[in-house]
Amino acid sequence: MKTVLTALLALFCAAIFAAPVAAQDTMPPAPYAYQQLDDPALEEAARVLMETLRCLKCQSQSIADSDAPMAGDMRHQVRSRIQAGETPDEVRDWLVERYGDYVSYDPQVSATTWPLFVVPLLLVLFGGLMFWRRVGRKGESA
Amino acid sequence: MKTLRILLWAAVLIASGLFGLFGYQLTQPRDEFVQSALVGQEIPPFDLPAATASRPGLTSADLADGSPKLLNVFASWCVPCAAEAPQLEALEREGAQIVAVAIRDRTEDVDRFLELYGNPFTRIGRDDISEVQLAIGSSGVPETFVIAGDGTITYQHIGDIRPEHVPELLEELRKAGA
Repeated sequence: MKTVLTALLALFCAAIFAAPVAAQDTMPPAPYAYQQLDDPALEEAARVLMETLRCLKCQSQSIADSDAPMAGDMRHQVRSRIQAGETPDEVRDWLVERYGDYVSYDPQVSATTWPLFVVPLLLVLFGGLMFWRRVGRKGESA
Repeated sequence: MKTLRILLWAAVLIASGLFGLFGYQLTQPRDEFVQSALVGQEIPPFDLPAATASRPGLTSADLADGSPKLLNVFASWCVPCAAEAPQLEALEREGAQIVAVAIRDRTEDVDRFLELYGNPFTRIGRDDISEVQLAIGSSGVPETFVIAGDGTITYQHIGDIRPEHVPELLEELRKAGA
């Protein structure tokens, strides 16, 4: 019994100090992964954009929230493109051209997304029509 | 009043249909893969230095030299990349020309990886900040693209190449004009 416990304890200690096999590189981050732009207005534009772009490695996070190396590389692309004078919409379009609407958290009207914008409008119209008919009828009977 | 009743029943039907759809989707496995939207388009221009002393670097012009190629996106720190090495060797034996981009990698690590798992590549570009990976719409390692002789991306394989994918990739290469 005692040897089993000792063995378990040893295993436990080994597990604590074992380095996890991380599928990650040891390279330094891209220049603009963690470095803000010098111009506060440009940095603000980049930050707002980065919060609406999906990290491709960690798909429930924005690239602003993620520490994944690939998110850092995407932030570098965003900041250096904005630094070079591209507008946030141009940078977003550049990524959407490559990864589809999926990469953007800010839905744009497109051939596949238009129902998202049209259906709520139709529902409001339908609700309004129902309301108008009921109220209108009450008005008649009174 | 009758129309209202019909409309309400229609609403109930639509709602139950929606819940049915949600239930069905919840039982389906999640698709983690993000396909590149650049399949069918020309490869964007790039110019990468060599990742290892034993092979030259890679530019987009090398991919438009007239003969179709496989473009393997890999990294020495990526475990599935080691797992797919025998399949890349098999593709090379079958006559496929394979070039590669090493993502966020050091020369000594690439050298060690190639020594351990073989080197079926004719060129290996070094992409320290994933710029080419992002430019071609790749979202991880390993990925393998089929590039036609004119530089058009014709196919994307996401994840490691398993033995059953070898004939698929050879077929895609043949379709691309090999």
